Amino acid sequence: MLQKLEKEIKEKVIEASRTLPPDVAAAIKAAYEREEKAEARIVLKAILDNIDIAGKTGLPLCQDTGLFWTLISYAKDSPYPLSDLVDTTERALSKAAEEGLFRKSIVSEPVFDRCNTGTNMPPVITIELIEGKVSTIDILLKGFGSENCSAVRTLNPTAGKDGVVNAVVDMVREAGGKPCPPMFLGIGIGGSVDRAALLSKKALIAKVRHKDERYSDLEEEILERVNELSIGAGGLGGKATALEVNILYTPTHIAGLPVALSISCWADRKAHIAVGEELWKED
Amino acid sequence: MERRLILPYGNAEELKRIEAGDYVLLSGTLYVGRDQVHKRLSIMIEEKESLPFPFKGNGIYYMGPSPRVPGFALGSAGPTTSQRMDPYSPALMREGLLLMVGKGPRKKEVREAIVKYSGLYLQAFGGCGALYSERIKKAEVVAFEDLGPEALLKLEVEDFPTICVIDSLGRCPYSLS
Repeated sequence: MLQKLEKEIKEKVIEASRTLPPDVAAAIKAAYEREEKAEARIVLKAILDNIDIAGKTGLPLCQDTGLFWTLISYAKDSPYPLSDLVDTTERALSKAAEEGLFRKSIVSEPVFDRCNTGTNMPPVITIELIEGKVSTIDILLKGFGSENCSAVRTLNPTAGKDGVVNAVVDMVREAGGKPCPPMFLGIGIGGSVDRAALLSKKALIAKVRHKDERYSDLEEEILERVNELSIGAGGLGGKATALEVNILYTPTHIAGLPVALSISCWADRKAHIAVGEELWKED
Repeated sequence: MERRLILPYGNAEELKRIEAGDYVLLSGTLYVGRDQVHKRLSIMIEEKESLPFPFKGNGIYYMGPSPRVPGFALGSAGPTTSQRMDPYSPALMREGLLLMVGKGPRKKEVREAIVKYSGLYLQAFGGCGALYSERIKKAEVVAFEDLGPEALLKLEVEDFPTICVIDSLGRCPYSLS
């Protein structure tokens, strides 16, 4: 069942471990070109060389091939059941880890034994419903150097724009050089603490186009303020602390203003699959 | 300035010559250990057991590779976050393991131990696992094979690029300690 889809997911995930999305690679190249600090230029040049080597050799970009953070957006009029989509995705991820020579980075239990599952499974999967016939699958290869720096803050409801900006700047300052800057920042605002955190991950999937311009302005302001921290590439100073900021927001309670930040390292690796007819219809 | 360091190094002066901000290329033997290796080594030190490799003259690289890719000694092999090794590093330095290669900030205690024992902390480029794999010519497991990708390895490296971010005098011109 859904064999073509399984192959498609597997191949895109393996490719994601070796090749960055074109916009991510272009942002890093542009950062190198405008960087003036000597050490930061050395780091950015090494990153560009690394991208080149991974593309040519089949070596993963980074040894931390990440946790499979997966969002399945199930179209309500899909001609196949949701369980098929979930099973196919899990099978594909398992095969990608094996065939793509991913590092086995998952332990079966977090506190006591921390035994490696030996398969890089299970993934973290979130399922959402969307309109229409075309389901989508988004996968982030979430490295944990940066994930360990992600955080949630619960702000005062009257904190406003400045409160949000300051909270994010604070979390990034705290992260410092640890998440392998230059970083990409996903921000989720509103809902409950868990919903804000989920939105912050979704904000890493793709550039958000806002109807409400105030949120585009907020993204720009945060990017500017974060780069004033001069953490820089590799944490060695310079201009390239963060290269992109994306915000997703949702209604929240009168008493609260949750703000979540998910940080991606420069190796902002991801795969997107739209499950069109060609992928589910049997030959 | 650009410097070269051949490992194992012959005497402590070679580490002291390297200054914060220097671009340092490593060649020769480099040992690899991360979280669990550090935990085990510190227990061995406490219990006065013999250590699985000579600390004196050698360096340790904080890394856990991805599976070997055909044509290479390992898979992707970039540095991991040094801070998780901080609770163990002073004890290892006391026993003579003075050269550390990782990424990101260190705690005050580590910087103080670097000054006390004239150690050296070099930063490798985070996320550049493919680039580092190309500079690793040989790799073998030395101990703790049960740890899988976290096992203690011995590497032969060639022109392995790093930047000195804390020198033997504890100088760090970056917001990394």
